[in-house]
Formats: sequence, structure tokens, C-alpha cells
Amino acid sequence: MSDTRNLFNRVWDNHVVRELASGQSQIFIGQHLIHEVTSPQAFQMLRDRGLKVMYPERTLATVDHIIPTEIQSRPFADGLAEEMMTAIEKNCDEFGITLLDLNDDRQGVVHIVGPELGVTQPGMTIACGDSHTSTHGAFGSIAMGIGTSQVAAVLASQTLPMSRPKVRRVEVNGELGPGVYAKDVALYIIRKLGVQGGVGYAYEFAGTVFDTMTMEERMTVCNMSIEGGARCGYINPDQTTVDYIRGRPFAPQGAAFEKAAEYWLSLASGPDAQYDDVVVYDAADIEPTVTWGINPGQSVGVSEEIGSVDSFSEQEQAGIREALTFMELEEHQPIKGLKIDVAFVGSCTNGRISDLREAARVAEGHKVADHVRALIVPGSQQVRKQAEEEGLDKIFEEAGFQWRAAGCSMCLAMNPDKLSGRELCASSSNRNFKGRQGSPTGRTLLMSPAMVAAAAIAGEVVDVREVAAPVGV
Amino acid sequence: MKKIVKVTGPGMPLLLDDIDTDRIIPARYLRCVTFDGLGDHVFKDDREQHGDHVFDRDHHQEAKVLVAGRNFGCGSSREHAPQALLRWGIEAIIAESFAEIFHGNCTALGIPCVHATPEQLKQINAAVEADPTLHLTVCLETSTVTHGETKHDCHVHEGTRTALVTGQWDYLGELLEGEPQIRDTASQLPYVTNFA
Repeated sequence: MSDTRNLFNRVWDNHVVRELASGQSQIFIGQHLIHEVTSPQAFQMLRDRGLKVMYPERTLATVDHIIPTEIQSRPFADGLAEEMMTAIEKNCDEFGITLLDLNDDRQGVVHIVGPELGVTQPGMTIACGDSHTSTHGAFGSIAMGIGTSQVAAVLASQTLPMSRPKVRRVEVNGELGPGVYAKDVALYIIRKLGVQGGVGYAYEFAGTVFDTMTMEERMTVCNMSIEGGARCGYINPDQTTVDYIRGRPFAPQGAAFEKAAEYWLSLASGPDAQYDDVVVYDAADIEPTVTWGINPGQSVGVSEEIGSVDSFSEQEQAGIREALTFMELEEHQPIKGLKIDVAFVGSCTNGRISDLREAARVAEGHKVADHVRALIVPGSQQVRKQAEEEGLDKIFEEAGFQWRAAGCSMCLAMNPDKLSGRELCASSSNRNFKGRQGSPTGRTLLMSPAMVAAAAIAGEVVDVREVAAPVGV
Repeated sequence: MKKIVKVTGPGMPLLLDDIDTDRIIPARYLRCVTFDGLGDHVFKDDREQHGDHVFDRDHHQEAKVLVAGRNFGCGSSREHAPQALLRWGIEAIIAESFAEIFHGNCTALGIPCVHATPEQLKQINAAVEADPTLHLTVCLETSTVTHGETKHDCHVHEGTRTALVTGQWDYLGELLEGEPQIRDTASQLPYVTNFA
């Protein structure tokens, strides 16, 4: 009989240790990633119980959330941030875990450095105390965000108690138009299925749009699975995946790599694979997308206007009203032309080299509008180095963008990079929640890096297709 | 571990959808190496921006059971969010649905997450608003929420329910008991042996 399991179920089955009394499965976690924010309490839980880390070589640590992107000398100006840095250094040292510290040129945002170093591989289970762990699903792994008690569980036992989710195939076919990027696809899917639409599901992203995407684009889409409520998202491994991993320092090398590649490709969902649900979209329907509200599902195509409250279901209307009030927007207002104060390119969604290239291409030869503060924050030290080798830093600086060091920065603003007051920010990050960018009243518009760069220059939301020659044609 | 079968106490009416964990505990309060003191910052920005927030009302200060809407706890995986609610005094949450990482975090802390229909939530929320001293009883054995003479048949995820009522919600010990099987599973994964 042919194996009709999809990739998710194949990988899951490979990692079941046993069934637990609660009826959940104990799942082996192949790769654990940690950072400074959600791990200190977990290490303390281990100390309190006198436990060791069962597989220290299967955890990799980096520092990202609280890292200043301007002045990085120690001790940090922020005493609380300094305390967190000291804690992760001490914890990794004491428990035998490799730490990519600030003085390590491999440091960066956890979801950028895992793939960049070849740590992230198909067929793995990956966990990290950060919801955007779903990023790693771009490689065909089951990658899940977890809380701190679960971080402690993975450290101590390399396993988690889990219930098997359902699997929804999210298929997007056709070709994306010029100026339409992976970020727009992610925002479109969330708009269609809702921010809670994925609860109870893993999302398999499939169809010609994903088949032709680069690994970096795939990561952007999978990164935002969590914004659609899914437990994780993934894309089946293919030759693009294999080519990306080849030669990376933590990947298998030589003959082992060829065996690995064969194994990775064998895990992909076949044509007979079964799903609990399937949705199909047409790439031609997707245009550059901008969020206008206070959750990532509240978005419109850049040529659209914000809908009326009545156009939403009765249950949604209170939330829509709250979003309009908070964002100081009106029903039927076009999103285009909205004046911005701040522009931010970076974060685990869009802080990769391809994102910086796209933004630089739009920025080249232009100037950031006088009233706009614009930051470019590479996702890792490697991304920063690569961008400087390509001269992107010069393009940005000449255009009036600030060129910063690697970190999470103004995505969640745990470092000094914050909005102030009611500032409106065009951001390539993944969340437009109230207060997300460091000011309790600050406002966020999510969009692709190219759209952020275009908005920085125009000083307002514009359609990147109207201000820059389309990429790739 | 303590068996969690029933939570009884005054309710907290917060019937809103898509409440994210950034709202429950803003990121600036994550700059800490322990969870101590987080309870003071629950819904900090909402409370500062809107006077008379439910978490500030005198008559809700003893609340133990939070009534929420759809997709509660979405967004960031930060366990700081349920930790902050717990440290404020919330011991159970009733909502239409929960974001999954948040749900998992709550279970690990012994906070039951109970699923109710929008109609049930409206009724429970209205009852608590009408009488803040009204006690809600969340019973995990029967998966019900009771107030006065009114009983609602709700839903609790079966794995969660079993874990809480049997006192297995602090699962670390149980996970560690599986060490031989853990090592066995690992040894069969080709990437653990580096495809040798």
C-alpha cells in the first residue's frame, strides 16, 4: 500500500517516544534553539530540581531580542538587558551549551542564524521559546514555538508532551505579479483564513508559488504561520532546499550530505498525501499588502480602501471598531497616502540578505523623506557582512537610512529602538499589535521590505509597483 | 503534584477577541530573569490608556476566573503572559478558543483553559458584570462552568483535563521517566547520528 502520509505525519511518527498518561505523545525534539528572553527562568527550573541538560549538543543559543543595534559595548546601558546577557552566558557555560555571543560573528536573530548555519534541516523537530520558530518549517521540519516551562522540559529531556494537530494544505498556484513578495503572500493567507483560522492545524504551504520561491522567501511565509494561528507551517523539501543547505557549517558534509539529501527528499508529501483540509488560492489575486489594524489579519491590498465595519461578521465588528479607533483611521479610507513617521526593515520575518537587497533596490538614488526616521537592521552579523560586501550599507546610508547592527530591534522593541508616542511605522516585521513597537500608543503597518523602503522615501504608504521598476523582469 | 479538579471564585469579564500576549504583558516587562512581580503589569498599557479597566475595578480584585473571547493569548509564545495572569490571581480562563502555545503554557502552570460557545460566554460575562461577587465554578471532572443555578456544559481539551485532574500537569518528571525510550528514539533518527 502506498504511504499516503503527508510530511508532517511522517516526521511526527519518526519522533514519537511514547504515549503519555494524559493521552498526549512524548515527542523527541531534534534541535532546540534558545535566546536570552525565554530561557533564564527555564535554567533556574533545572537548578531548582537538580537536573542536567540531557543533550547539550542539541541546543544552540544566540542573543537577539535585547541586543542594542547602536552601542554594543558592555555593560549595556540598560541594566536589565545586561543582567539577561550575563544570565545566558552563565547558563550556557554551566550547562555546556554553545552560545553565539555578541563577539561571535555568527550571532543574530535565532530564526535567521539557524538556517544560515545549516543547523535547521528537513525532517527535524525544532523547538524554541519564540513563536516564530515556525520559520524553520521552510525546510520541511516541524518547528514550534514554546513557552519557558517547555524550554525547561526540552533542556532536561529533549522532549515535549504534544497532541497531534490536523494538517491543512494551503495551496497557492500561478505566478506572483511584479512587486509582490512572500510577505504579501503570508499577509494574504492570514487575511483569508483569519488570525485564528489555523488553531488546531499545521499548515503545509504548497503549489507553484512556493515551489518557485527561494528558501528565504519560504522562511518569510512560514515565519508568519503563527500569525494565522497555526501550530507550525512547513514547505516540502525539494532541490532548492538541498542546494541551500549544502556546504553550511552545521550541515552534514561529503558522503553524509548525499545520504541526508536523499532522506530529506523522501519525507516530502507525495501526490497521494492526505490532509484534514485543503484551501486553494490564485497568485494573481495577491497584490502588495498592508495591514491597517491591530492584528495581522486586518490588511488590505495597497490599491484597496479600508473596509466598512458592516462588511465584517457581527463577531468581528467590535474588534474592527477598536482597530480603527486605535489606528486613527476611518472606514473607506484608502491605505495609500497614509503619512508615516518611521520605517523599519529587519526582524526574523524580513531581515535576510534578499530582503535588504530588495529594499536597497528601491532606495538606491533616492532620499528618505525629511520627516521619516528609517532604520535598516540586518537579521544577523553574517547578513550585515554580506550586505556590506555588496555595498548595500552605502546605498542605505546615502539615502538617509540608519545602518544598524544585528538584532530583533524595532519588531518588539525590547532594546532601545522604539516608537515614541503615536508614531506610525511602516515595518517589515510580523506583528502590528497595540504597543508592539515599544510605545504603548505607537502604530504599525506591516508590509514587505520593498514597500517599507518605498514608504520611507515617499513619506507615506505608496504602491512599490508605481515607484520602482519591478524586480526580476 | 496538586490535582486541579475545580476552580471557584469571582469572575473577571473581559469578553474580547484576539487578545495577544503583548497586550497581556507588554514586551518591556520581559526584561527580567525571573517571573516575580509580573502580576503588577497585567494589561498594563490597556489599563493606562483606558481608565476603569476591569483589572483595576475594586470589585474585581478578588477575581479568579477570567472570561474572554475568541483566540485568547495569540501572538508571542511568552510564558510571561500566563505567569502574569496567575500571579495577579487568575486561576482559570474561559474563552471561545485559545492560541495553542498560550494554551500549552497555561496547562504547564496548572491554569485550566475552558472552551465555551459565544452564547455561553455572553451569558457568563453578563452574569459577572451584573454581580461581580458572583462565584464561577469551573469543574474539570464534568467540564462545566456553573454560576448560581446555571450550569454550562463546556469543553476542556482531553489531554489537558486528564493532566490537571490527575496532577500530571507538571509533566517534567513523567517525561524524564521515559529516558530509555528517549535515547532509543534519538538513536534511530538519521540526523542524530549525522547520517553516518
